[in-house]
Amino acid sequence: MTDLNIEHEIVIDAPVDVVWRTITEPDQIARWFANRVELDARPGGRGVLVFENENSDPQRYELFVETVDAPRRFAFRWCQPVGEPAVAGNSLLVEFTLTAENDERTRLRVVETGLDVIDWSDDDKAKHAGSHRDGWRGCGDRLSALLGAGTG
Amino acid sequence: MTTGSDDELWSAIGDPSRRRLLDLLVRRGEATASSLAGDVPFTRQAVTKHLAVLEDAGLVTRHRHGREVRFRVDAGRLDDATHAMTRVAKEWDTRLKAVKRLAEAAYRAER
Repeated sequence: MTDLNIEHEIVIDAPVDVVWRTITEPDQIARWFANRVELDARPGGRGVLVFENENSDPQRYELFVETVDAPRRFAFRWCQPVGEPAVAGNSLLVEFTLTAENDERTRLRVVETGLDVIDWSDDDKAKHAGSHRDGWRGCGDRLSALLGAGTG
Repeated sequence: MTTGSDDELWSAIGDPSRRRLLDLLVRRGEATASSLAGDVPFTRQAVTKHLAVLEDAGLVTRHRHGREVRFRVDAGRLDDATHAMTRVAKEWDTRLKAVKRLAEAAYRAER
């Protein structure tokens, strides 16, 4: 199975430290990601993202911080089944990489990977996604999309 | 026509052999199980089995054409599958653009 990842990149006209703060400080994250954000941005730290919707109950996601290497790498896991710690194999990994192009320009790259990090057959992954669908709540679609990527 | 649950859809698509068959069917418009078996590195029995799974998920339909049974992709159902993928990818695109806007504004304010 190839191409299970989602990758995006953008060039920002700001120094790497400014970009780093924008993606790691809770009050900043609340301006581009979720409506409410709590985050202990240290390796092993936890966080909470709350997305508020007009027509439904707010959705709450727990984050597990995996990598903090200022100002270059920040990675967290999310979308694990409710009540379980996020580890490789039950969650999605979001990794930010920052590269200073010069003093005033930064390349920001984000990669979101699914369950391909562990050595399962595709059938196993599909079963896993199915059986955890309820537990994953709002992440069901997201997970399915990443599992099903590469079609067509 | 949409049949099959979402779980069926995703487990049908989660298998690389089935994705290969879907690819072939999309390119050819329609095909019999035997002609598909000529183009894949697995047996005709396996092709038949995979087609049955794809059919249960609503991704392909079968049509009798004289003595032949031909299979065809349900384009609407396949769209459902690719749509979710596109949506997730688009979210990150939107978020990165927002990060860019915020970081550039913060930098301008600092200077």
